[in-house]
Amino acid sequence: MWTMEGPVKDAEKISQKRKSPLKDEEDKEYVGFAALPNQLHRKSVKKGFDFTLMVAGESGLGKSTLVNSLFLTNLYADRQLPEASARLTQTLTIERRGVEIEEGGIKVKLTLVDTPGFGDSVDCSDCWLPVVRFIEEQFEQYLRDESGLNRKNIQDSRVHCCLYFISPFGRGLRPLDVAFLRAVHEKVNIIPVIGKADALMPKETQALKQKIRDQLKEEEINIYQFPDCDSDEDEDFKRQDAEMKESIPFAVVGSCEVVRDGGTRPVRGRHYSWGTVEVENPHHCDFLNLRRMLVQTHLQDLKEVTHDLLYEGYRARCLQSLARPGARDRASRSKLSRQSATEIPLPMLPLADTEKLIREKDEEVSKRLASPHQGPQSPLKSLPGLARPHRRNHAPHSCAACKRCWRRCRRKCSRARLRASSRTRSEALAGALLHLGPAYGPSPVQSRNPRLPSAESRSSSR
Amino acid sequence: MSKGLPETRTDAAMSELVPEPRPKPAVPMKPVSINSNLLGYIGIDTIIEQMRKKTMKTGFDFNIMVVGQSGLGKSTLVNTLFKSQVSRKASSWNREEKIPKTVEIKAIGHVIEEGGVKMKLTVIDTPGFGDQINNENCWEPIEKYINEQYEKFLKEEVNIARKKRIPDTRVHCCLYFISPTGHSLRPLDLEFMKHLSKVVNIVPVIAKADTMTLEEKSEFKQRVRKELEVNGIEFYPQKEFDEDLEDKTENDKIRQESMPFAVVGSDKEYQVNGKRVLGRKTPWGIIEVENLNHCEFALLRDFVIRTHLQDLKEVTHNIHYETYRAKRLNDNGGLPPGEGLLGTVLPPVPATPCPTAE
Repeated sequence: MWTMEGPVKDAEKISQKRKSPLKDEEDKEYVGFAALPNQLHRKSVKKGFDFTLMVAGESGLGKSTLVNSLFLTNLYADRQLPEASARLTQTLTIERRGVEIEEGGIKVKLTLVDTPGFGDSVDCSDCWLPVVRFIEEQFEQYLRDESGLNRKNIQDSRVHCCLYFISPFGRGLRPLDVAFLRAVHEKVNIIPVIGKADALMPKETQALKQKIRDQLKEEEINIYQFPDCDSDEDEDFKRQDAEMKESIPFAVVGSCEVVRDGGTRPVRGRHYSWGTVEVENPHHCDFLNLRRMLVQTHLQDLKEVTHDLLYEGYRARCLQSLARPGARDRASRSKLSRQSATEIPLPMLPLADTEKLIREKDEEVSKRLASPHQGPQSPLKSLPGLARPHRRNHAPHSCAACKRCWRRCRRKCSRARLRASSRTRSEALAGALLHLGPAYGPSPVQSRNPRLPSAESRSSSR
Repeated sequence: MSKGLPETRTDAAMSELVPEPRPKPAVPMKPVSINSNLLGYIGIDTIIEQMRKKTMKTGFDFNIMVVGQSGLGKSTLVNTLFKSQVSRKASSWNREEKIPKTVEIKAIGHVIEEGGVKMKLTVIDTPGFGDQINNENCWEPIEKYINEQYEKFLKEEVNIARKKRIPDTRVHCCLYFISPTGHSLRPLDLEFMKHLSKVVNIVPVIAKADTMTLEEKSEFKQRVRKELEVNGIEFYPQKEFDEDLEDKTENDKIRQESMPFAVVGSDKEYQVNGKRVLGRKTPWGIIEVENLNHCEFALLRDFVIRTHLQDLKEVTHNIHYETYRAKRLNDNGGLPPGEGLLGTVLPPVPATPCPTAE
């Protein structure tokens, strides 16, 4: 459901024309696709929206509280926090929680991806790799679904947005923050957030935000860029938009508790002995800005950027790497087997597919031409014992039973057959065993295998 | 902030340090009624006054180390504790410092005077602790530094011609700053305290406590205490070193209720109710550093400076230093370091920290 720019503008023009009193003339010009947005709206409302949000950051920065505050639900009711001694050996896990929120008749299926254990242990090297792998797995899954046969009900589990929590206690981004952001900034929309912002005085908040912005620029980390608002928006909206952009990273405070601040109306906030922090007060923190941005204005844009920019980037990279040699290994590693009937291998376009097949066949042929004795399909060479029964030129092998009576079991021993079939290995073994002594290897004189020139030369030297 | 304090405060401070001294008698007085076996007044109780005078003349030294991740307010807290700019921030007003790649040890000494008593205060800072991605063994430089100070003292003690007053650079107190996550201790905190609680007096402190409400604070403290107990970490005041019942009850109360202290530090003053107080000004209120309803800074200050300062030094000297000394002498075969069998010179302090006795 993409917003269609063209018809909307035309619809406006047509609707303006409708205001004229001459109805008949209007009806001649009025086609009726001005109702398209309404149809889209109805369809999407019926279908519902889904949105995947990832929260990442060290533990204790108020991530769960903020998520609960944003969506006014308690997503973490059953969470159990492990103790420090248990976290010594904990590795990063990825947890997914889903919740369906309905407001004004519109259903949103929100999936929350949590990363408990991030930045917890003493040695946090590479602790972001599971997260990167998770994001890529979602892309891969989508790619597979998109190229699959049944595309009606694709579940979009790609991560649309990642809220990265920065500690208010540090002095800007820590080395771990930089490493994580560098690893994921090309794969997911990042919105940096300063958690527990009530630890900071206003001047400190400004200084920290500036420091973080400078560091992000220095390290060339691409966070999610808000699109510029249209020129025909009203001044108020533009001002709000500019304010919002300036307050990145958002300094937030989360709370689900309602407190009565000394007789005034009840507000959501945190009550201290020296005052009450109001979560929804723009002078206290940027929670409102974050909520407006995330939920009210840019939800759709986040999804679009994920699909148009990040996913397409991933897809292009993936397909490019498949086009290079060694593609077969990659395909097998990504668990796509060409033998499975239900799945079509990447890439899915029929032309590219046949090209790929052709290319692969070419590779095989060239390989076989280059080293003919390596051809595994040759039946004669795989069973030398059968081909030349009177010559003990089968490959030496080292299975215990055969050591005793290697002459007798050369036909039956599967290992012997295997070894014989792969010439390179047998070559190496022959060389090795010859050095060990005649007890272990075939007697050098008898090895008449023309494919083992080294063995022969060695035997002649002996 | 100027060094030293306005005179009005010093008398109060002094009176808490030592009991009210008797006015010096010009002539020994006869007590009015006495039930003891004393036949007359000897005057041995004037020893306290004599000690006080001596201390005033010689002064004393106190070495405090601050350990914790960057940005937890360590330097600010030390400045607030001693009401002077004694931390490394004071020497170089550079807030844009880069995080060092390894843990560095920076010791800065100042002489502060109060009520005629001179204190040579050394603040040992440890920038770079816990800031890297891989923080394995980041406590080793700290342990090494502490053992080096013990070694220095030992060498001086073992000398034939000893100095009258050995300069004491041993770390008397280590303030460990816990990040106020609200959940529990971090694995790094546990590891550090496990390794160092047997070598130095550790006073755990919850930094930047203005992020927690009262309930969160008490919950967090309970959890931290429990975790420390479960892991066998003895922070100062250690249970095993309580000398008598009085000490025990007092320390028990501190151990089980107040510690770890949840503190807020500040070096800025604001006007509250007509008074100028140290605090932090936020849009929702002013946090007063010395207000017990707001944070426990005052408790920490009283604990470290006004009541347990001498005890910290004594425990360091009598227990931690003696443990180190015994270990060194045992390794050396009962002989002082520097002397081996047949006069051979023994290897210097091991690079790896000495295994401490249980």
